[in-house]
Amino acid sequence: MNELRRLPVWHSVRIGLIGGVIMLYICLVGMVEVFGRSDIIERVISLGQVLLLLTGLGAGYLAARRAGEPTNALTVLISGVVAGGLTGGLLTGLVVIGSVVNLRAVFINASPALYNALTLGAGPNGAWIPLVGGAALGLVAALFCLLPRRVRQSIVNGLVGVLLAGLFSGLLRVILAARPGWSAELGRFLFASEGLTLAGALLFFILAGGLALLWSQSQATVRERITRLPEAQRKTLRWAMLGLAVILILIFPQISGAFIAQVIVLVGIFALMGLGLNITLGMAGLFDLGFVAFFAISAYTVGLLTSTGEHGIAQWSWWAAAPVGVLLAMIAGAFFGLPVLGIRGDYLAIATLGFGEIVRLLVGSDFLRPWLGGSFGILAIPKPWIGNLELAGPQQIYYLAVFGAVLVAFVAVRLRDSRLGRAWMAIREDEDVAEALGINLVQTKLLAYMLGGAFAGLGGAIFAALVGSIFPHSMNLLVSVNVVALLIVGGMGSIPGVIVGAFALIGLPELFREFDEYRYLLYGIALIAMMLAKPEGLWPSAAIRRELHTDETDETETNPGSSSTVPAS
Amino acid sequence: MAILEVENVHTYYGHIHALKGLSLTVEQGEIVTLIGANGAGKTTTLNTISGLLRPREGRIRLRGEDLTTIPPHEIVARGVVQVPEGRRVFARLTVQENLEMGAYVQKDSRRVREGIERVFTLFPRLKERRQQLAGTLSGGEQQMLAMGRALMAQPKVLLLDEPSMGLAPVLVDSIFATIKRLNDDGATILLVEQNARMALQIAHRGYVLQTGEVVLSDTGENLRQNEMVRKAYLGIQ
Repeated sequence: MNELRRLPVWHSVRIGLIGGVIMLYICLVGMVEVFGRSDIIERVISLGQVLLLLTGLGAGYLAARRAGEPTNALTVLISGVVAGGLTGGLLTGLVVIGSVVNLRAVFINASPALYNALTLGAGPNGAWIPLVGGAALGLVAALFCLLPRRVRQSIVNGLVGVLLAGLFSGLLRVILAARPGWSAELGRFLFASEGLTLAGALLFFILAGGLALLWSQSQATVRERITRLPEAQRKTLRWAMLGLAVILILIFPQISGAFIAQVIVLVGIFALMGLGLNITLGMAGLFDLGFVAFFAISAYTVGLLTSTGEHGIAQWSWWAAAPVGVLLAMIAGAFFGLPVLGIRGDYLAIATLGFGEIVRLLVGSDFLRPWLGGSFGILAIPKPWIGNLELAGPQQIYYLAVFGAVLVAFVAVRLRDSRLGRAWMAIREDEDVAEALGINLVQTKLLAYMLGGAFAGLGGAIFAALVGSIFPHSMNLLVSVNVVALLIVGGMGSIPGVIVGAFALIGLPELFREFDEYRYLLYGIALIAMMLAKPEGLWPSAAIRRELHTDETDETETNPGSSSTVPAS
Repeated sequence: MAILEVENVHTYYGHIHALKGLSLTVEQGEIVTLIGANGAGKTTTLNTISGLLRPREGRIRLRGEDLTTIPPHEIVARGVVQVPEGRRVFARLTVQENLEMGAYVQKDSRRVREGIERVFTLFPRLKERRQQLAGTLSGGEQQMLAMGRALMAQPKVLLLDEPSMGLAPVLVDSIFATIKRLNDDGATILLVEQNARMALQIAHRGYVLQTGEVVLSDTGENLRQNEMVRKAYLGIQ
């Protein structure tokens, strides 16, 4: 076995087998079929096929790149072909076995339709096709490996451009078709009823690839030009960019249409909750798995105070009710915080998990049904008004959500840099020492729970306005888990990270609603990949970034000459 | 009058009677050391003084003011600051940030800067490493940082819990030299140590603790000569 490992082909075999197993998995869980329904380029290639192609190409590329370092082109090509061939070969094996034994008893998706898809319609007689196809993909990937870096980059960018355009073709088409004239014409030219047209795909490829090429060539000069500008002009440039961004944000919902606006509102609501949990968990280090409780309390408060339906008690305007909701969420933060002041770490997570469930069960209970509507929830929550303007749909509530998120993010930044923020950080790093340094643990912890609760409460209030009705089942544990996950993905303790995390974990899955059955599978894969590749998060806070990359910065920060005089201890 | 008085203190961990009527005093400008075996109640005494534990009976006074009913963060603000056992620096923060954190009770930013400069004159090594993460410092440097961090709160009495624990012998010497120097600069120190030999060399007075009670108290010099102390704690037959 060890002899074998020394052969250069060993890596290719390993990568090929891993690729093959991934392929088998993709086939047998039925992704080929479900994703096959959505075309990237109409009648040319579907998303399911893209997945298979990418796996083959990926295996070939990884194997070829690994072989490429010290050796020659021939080894690179052979490595690619071996890995690709093996990846496809496992599918050949599947088709052969599948044609003899009925696999459907175990794998419901191992149907003749799958075999036909894998053999391009030839059925069992074409079992060789995946093998040869895989080898061919491996060869292509290996050839790709040999191209100069700049060319490789623009090809990848072009393909990514086409893939993204294809994935979002439905949304883009609707946006373009909404305006008659040239916009609708362009839409018809680029997009077919399903996926891109061939011409559209070509255009996107050239556009994305070409732009990337241009940028990679001119990037250095542009950067230099900007740094050479006088300070005053650079300031103007920065303001201009900021202004442009603000204008884009303001007109965005009018361009994007209601669906995307709704997605952004959801992202905003989760960003608000994320910013709240970022205070309790990210800054103060207090684990809270029942965070949905604050969201629910505020949403229900706003619902009860504004509803014109049977459970409404006051018929207030949203603007009067929202502060009350936020305030109650804040008080709930103190109320829930008090009993768990002495609990730390994992135990705290479990205790707070209980709070979330208590709130959900209470609002859904028959006992409180006369007041809270039980599982039928609270209906007929009116929309907020600004003067004579009703924030009727997601395209208007968008502004509420964006403004709320920006405001809270600003407050969060100010809090982080305040004395209170430092006290939270001390508690997160070491509670006992924090106490020994004169930090009032009770007050500081309660403030973390209260402010975190208040931020989540604002999210709940906006949620009530967005959907117009609230049900206990929207207040489930998954919301809390999502908020924790978006914090981890974005980067614990980092405020921009929360926004990025909300887009990645809430926005993206919403946009791919059509693949709903695989949503949590992909979600899980993404989380695992994330923790392996970038454990500090997408946009980590300064402290975490430093900690995980000390080996890179150490050299520059310590004085190597003086360190020899220190006795190690 | 003694700056710190501990009078007939009884502290419990649940049902376990950890301190059984312990009394001691620390005078202004003194180093007083508590020596004793594991479990004798040394750390418990410090934790009781700093308010992390509450005595069931007895009084603790700082310049006559009763500390027993005051919460720990206010005890720090009144000038009793503890350096916890095992250093416990904030590993993910830089040296500078650790020191700033130590000045939490100090609201005047000018005095915080002065405090940091003072710590850097005391420990030039820390100045060299001010931007380094505290977790990457050596054990000795971490102990210096822990002491420096406590000094940032401008303590009237500094409580040191096992400063030499887990350090290489060379560093133990330098840590004790530092403690002596702090004291020469006017700091009042209550020192808990397992390393009784070193502690008694620099201490003006010492108390020997056994199972939560003071069994012996004398000057550092006399305790070093004491037959029982030599046998039990200095390992001299």
